[in-house]
Amino acid sequence: MDFLNALVALSNFVLIPAIAYGSQLALGALGVTLIYGILRFSNFAHGDTMAFGAMVTILFTWWFQSMGLSIHPLPTALLALPFGIVVTAMLLILTDRTVYRFYRRVKAKPIVFVMASMGVMFIMNGVVRFIIGPGDQRFADGERFIIKARDFKNATGLSEGLAFKTSQGITIVTAIIVVAVLFWFLNRTRTGKSMRAFSDNEDLALLSGINPERVVMITWIIVAALITIAGTLYGLDKTFKPFTYFQLLLPIFASAIVGGLGNPLGAIAGGFVIAFSEVTITYAWKKVAVYLLPESLEPTGLVQLMSTDYKFAVSFVILIVVLLFKPTGLFKGQSV
Amino acid sequence: MKKLLLATAATALTCGAAFADDHAVKIGVLLGFTGPLESLAPPIAGGAEAAIAEVSASGTFMGGKEVMAIRGDSTCVDSAAATAAAERLVTGDGVAGIVGAMCSGATGAVLTGVSMPNGVAQVSPSATSPALSTLEDNGLFFRLAPSDARQGELMADIIMGKGVKSVALTYTNNDYGKGLADSFAAAFEAAGGTVTINAAHEDGKADYSAEVGALASAGGDALVVAGYSDQGGAGVIQGALDSGAFDLFVLPDGMVSDALTEKFGSDLDGSFGQHPASKTDGAGKLEALLADAGIDGASVYAKEGYDSAAVLLLGMHKAGTTDGAAVAAAITEVANAPGEPIGPGELAKALEILSNGGDIDYVGGSDVELVGPGESGGSFREVVIEGGEFKEVGFH
Repeated sequence: MDFLNALVALSNFVLIPAIAYGSQLALGALGVTLIYGILRFSNFAHGDTMAFGAMVTILFTWWFQSMGLSIHPLPTALLALPFGIVVTAMLLILTDRTVYRFYRRVKAKPIVFVMASMGVMFIMNGVVRFIIGPGDQRFADGERFIIKARDFKNATGLSEGLAFKTSQGITIVTAIIVVAVLFWFLNRTRTGKSMRAFSDNEDLALLSGINPERVVMITWIIVAALITIAGTLYGLDKTFKPFTYFQLLLPIFASAIVGGLGNPLGAIAGGFVIAFSEVTITYAWKKVAVYLLPESLEPTGLVQLMSTDYKFAVSFVILIVVLLFKPTGLFKGQSV
Repeated sequence: MKKLLLATAATALTCGAAFADDHAVKIGVLLGFTGPLESLAPPIAGGAEAAIAEVSASGTFMGGKEVMAIRGDSTCVDSAAATAAAERLVTGDGVAGIVGAMCSGATGAVLTGVSMPNGVAQVSPSATSPALSTLEDNGLFFRLAPSDARQGELMADIIMGKGVKSVALTYTNNDYGKGLADSFAAAFEAAGGTVTINAAHEDGKADYSAEVGALASAGGDALVVAGYSDQGGAGVIQGALDSGAFDLFVLPDGMVSDALTEKFGSDLDGSFGQHPASKTDGAGKLEALLADAGIDGASVYAKEGYDSAAVLLLGMHKAGTTDGAAVAAAITEVANAPGEPIGPGELAKALEILSNGGDIDYVGGSDVELVGPGESGGSFREVVIEGGEFKEVGFH
């Protein structure tokens, strides 16, 4: 019984939140890694583009809600997601045409691209705040829980409750589907293969007749889809506030770099490594320990490695350690 | 015609003031007119000046003396500037008492640097730091805003009264949250309770599941959330409800707001809290009185501004002198029972009672009641959430 209680407490406060958060990070990191692999620069505007995608989805969600459109018990935001992706893709292609294409043409150094993307970040940042405001926005509807903590307690008779939110379930399922589709696309389709070829060796790809502008455009469209899905899922699971997306930039980059920049598999692994490190290092293990250990060994303190204030510091530390000892990341990516 | 009348009246007033200067009593109104709280200063000053004008107009203050307000800028953040302004008020203008300063830091600096050496009575309408309770003041210092420590003690009492013996505590990571959390934790543990964890949370984050995880692991019968109802405080409650970690919450003043009940509805039923509030009709009366003078009495601490000047002047009248020590001794007597309760707008009546040797109990617009080392005990309203709404339980 104690073992089960410990397991449930662990799932409730560590495993489920970390898996959901890891999925969101993985989707974000996939976008970063794709841009790095194909366009060859670190896109600092990633977080704020995520906010933009989520914002468009929210606006569509509100519109649908006002028309009474609903896919109960699922949140309406899922219905609005494709529209959000289309608008975000158009925005990304527009920024590419107006900003990045120029630097590609003059064969600018990667650092110039990074600086340009920072400019884009600030503009995007302003646009989102201008349209939807800097505050919290609520757009979640439908059933909130798959399993409620109190119902779980009553049903199992355990003293620990287990809550599983719909948003967490949707996040995990969507992430699996998106990742599967992306890998199928990259490995099996002609366009996907040409993208990988372009990423591996640009000159050789050009020689074999691959149209670079087309590859770039498709990359942006895929990135738009990944970004909008990640942003919307994050907003559904937590809350939508433009500033928090800017803050997400650090863990997302940490995930992509830990996994190996340019390596899609690495991005996913990196996302979960970062998410689990953040959650387990700042978790107070007292409750689990009390259930598992014999009474004489029970801890009196909280058994917390680090206060939750230092959550973001965890991704920083992992980032630095990886860059020092394995600059190409856990999975072989390009070195930064 | 109207303008001419006004101009004549104004001229007459200045002449009168100039003429009366020799025997007018001057009161320094030392507030943060510039700085981070500059938007709050004008209503407080307006309140203080309204009380001063009322006393002056009565014509019975200390045998018919007039009272003048002289403003000084305490800036809130710059203690040196506040001390210099106070020094000028006391030595240059010769004020007999100071209403101010506004922020706790500036107030302490003025008290130790100017009021104590010069023996001037000082009443702050708005300084809340618990540190001021223990600061050496020769009995010259009073404040009408309840110390944050007071709410901590009261909250500990209320929780103990409900039979809850162990709580987890989280606070918003700033001076308000930390001060309140520390004073509560000390009071609760002194009363025999257990605080399982005392953890900060940052405002403005999207996700508080890590914080809630730590709080849940520490355990406790209730969760005390010393935060803000539209910020991290609500986020922590959301996380705790979602994960089933806590279902009983204790809500201090920053959390008692309709925004909270709108968000969570009846999920919070049974949770309780307290916030400073006036139980008498004094607050409404004073707001109406100040509104006539074009002052926003509902602004934070505007009522305390009026009351600060009022108790200072009534203390002087009772003492019959402007000597700081004598005034300070008299202030406690006029502010507390026994005596005739005095509401806002009744200062003339109060002066008359005092002149006739009677006793008064100044209540004013903020239920003035001085406890301990010359500070307002403050009046708190205890509330409980029932059916998704805050219901009043009683006053403390």
